Amino acid sequence: MAITTVPGTSREPGRPAPPRLTRGGRSSLGRKVRDNLTGHAFLIGAVLCFAIFSWYPMIRGIVMSFQRTRRGETTWVGWDNYLRIVDDPSFWTAWKNTLYFTVLALVLGYLVPFFVAIVLNEFRHAKGYLRILVYLPVMLPPASALFLFKYYAYDPSEAGLFNAVLKALHLPTSEWMQSPEMTMPAMVIASTWMNMGSAVLIYLAALQNIPGELYEAAELDGAGIWRRIVNVTVPQTRLILLLLAMLQIVATMQLFIEPLILANGAGAEDSATSVAYLIYQHGFFQNDLNGAAALGVIMLVVLAGFSAVYARLTSKQD
Amino acid sequence: MAQDSGTRTLISHAQLRRGRGKVLYWTLLTVVVVVFTLVFLGPLYWMVTGALKSGQEIAQTPPSLFPQDPQPQNYIDAWNNLDLAKLLFNTFYYAAGALLFQLVLDTAAAYSLSKLRPVFGNAILGLMLATLMIPAMVLIVPQYVTVIDLPILHVNLLDSPFAIWLPLVANAFNIFLLKRFFDSIPEELMSAAVMDGATPLRTLWSIILPMSRPILGVVSIFAVTAVWKDFLWPKLVMPSPETRTVSVGIYAFSGGTPMNVVIAASVIAAIPTVVIFLLFQRNIMSGLTTGSVKG
Repeated sequence: MAITTVPGTSREPGRPAPPRLTRGGRSSLGRKVRDNLTGHAFLIGAVLCFAIFSWYPMIRGIVMSFQRTRRGETTWVGWDNYLRIVDDPSFWTAWKNTLYFTVLALVLGYLVPFFVAIVLNEFRHAKGYLRILVYLPVMLPPASALFLFKYYAYDPSEAGLFNAVLKALHLPTSEWMQSPEMTMPAMVIASTWMNMGSAVLIYLAALQNIPGELYEAAELDGAGIWRRIVNVTVPQTRLILLLLAMLQIVATMQLFIEPLILANGAGAEDSATSVAYLIYQHGFFQNDLNGAAALGVIMLVVLAGFSAVYARLTSKQD
Repeated sequence: MAQDSGTRTLISHAQLRRGRGKVLYWTLLTVVVVVFTLVFLGPLYWMVTGALKSGQEIAQTPPSLFPQDPQPQNYIDAWNNLDLAKLLFNTFYYAAGALLFQLVLDTAAAYSLSKLRPVFGNAILGLMLATLMIPAMVLIVPQYVTVIDLPILHVNLLDSPFAIWLPLVANAFNIFLLKRFFDSIPEELMSAAVMDGATPLRTLWSIILPMSRPILGVVSIFAVTAVWKDFLWPKLVMPSPETRTVSVGIYAFSGGTPMNVVIAASVIAAIPTVVIFLLFQRNIMSGLTTGSVKG
């Protein structure tokens, strides 16, 4: 089944809305009220779930970050939670680690899928097989995949899968998760392996929408393969590239299960502590839900900052 | 996937069919197929066979490619010691409930927003879509606090499946996908039904839903795999050993269980999602791309 056969054209804002799904032409007040009530009756279940589990917690998180609950008594404490969180030395370590992971993941987890998609798009054979392979790890429960990495791939002895391969290739072996320098690259490799499938498939779909004439014209102008990628492929997929960059930054900033399973949380010399792990640590181990909420708000502000910069950069190019 | 060999890509067909291009193409294809098989299937092979090795064999250098003395006992131990039957049942139960709640409530909401369009519908849709911008980790603490003491009702949902089912209904992406699909169904089809006196529910049931099977399939698959893959939220809201999901259960046992048994359990935990993938890979792949590309 071709992707393009799935209908999904959104209505343009300027166009008048199609006629309402109501009986008769006369618009009496009673009918209007009843139609609206029916509409809201269909909405109410989902709206309640959003209200209780999404909208309300958003506000509650901000409120909580300025409160402190001790022995069942809640008081307003101003910026105390924020000060306490920022004072904690692991706060800066966690941000440093998280940003390092985000940057590494952008280099590896962002560029690699794009080039993989470009190569896969050129093949006329084995396409289905290669797609299934790339996406297979995405379907594994992350905990399962990470235990595989932890116990078999990143075994620091030469019995480990990666070290055995490195040794066979006469390359230096590594201590992986036991070495503070390798902790982050190792987590990025595991995370990329687990997640790159979706990005590859999204890029592949975008590549298939590029009109072939553009490549034709570029080739007639004497552009080589690399120039065609830079001058045709990249500009034509620019929107998707930018969108996925943003989504990936938001996703990698929430790095949690990789440090938890691969590094038992903090990792060698705190090299794995992430901001998300710190939220978990404060909230559910140090019994400091208010501090954890404050850290959550800080994370939200940082991500909003990223989005603002991103929006600025992307609108400038237009 | 479509047979799209008709469209021109980066390198022209003619170039790939000529002498040197042809050799290069087949060499590259072979290399990529081998490398991808090693990179993506290799670790899975290692996982399945590694769990069959004995403790000594897994520690030997260099590692053996095939288990010399296969120990199916590791899988049996994993099944029995971790009570995997119970863990798998729990996860299946949560996934099935999540699927049901999402299909009913999200479909109804998307239908209302797309076709019934009550007042404030657009504002509600906007508020729903805004939640896509909020990272899950930011909400985890206040969501947890909400679940242990629901506003107004003052009910504690810890260890209750509703703590997994209901928050998943608040999935703006589902509503967006469904609404956009419903938008593409011509209004004329429904006006006829309305003229005949069909209620909105009847119109949804007998006109919209039968036409929406592809998108409902996509939403269902993602609903089930999301529950299967989720870790932190079920870990927090299902604290008792009896209510754990399979990923959380394996993690909880990993400390005091031999490595190979943990891996054997991880293999068993991964089987359902891998089977779902192999059965529905076409729907999954088209679903992934409809959501993003045509937006």
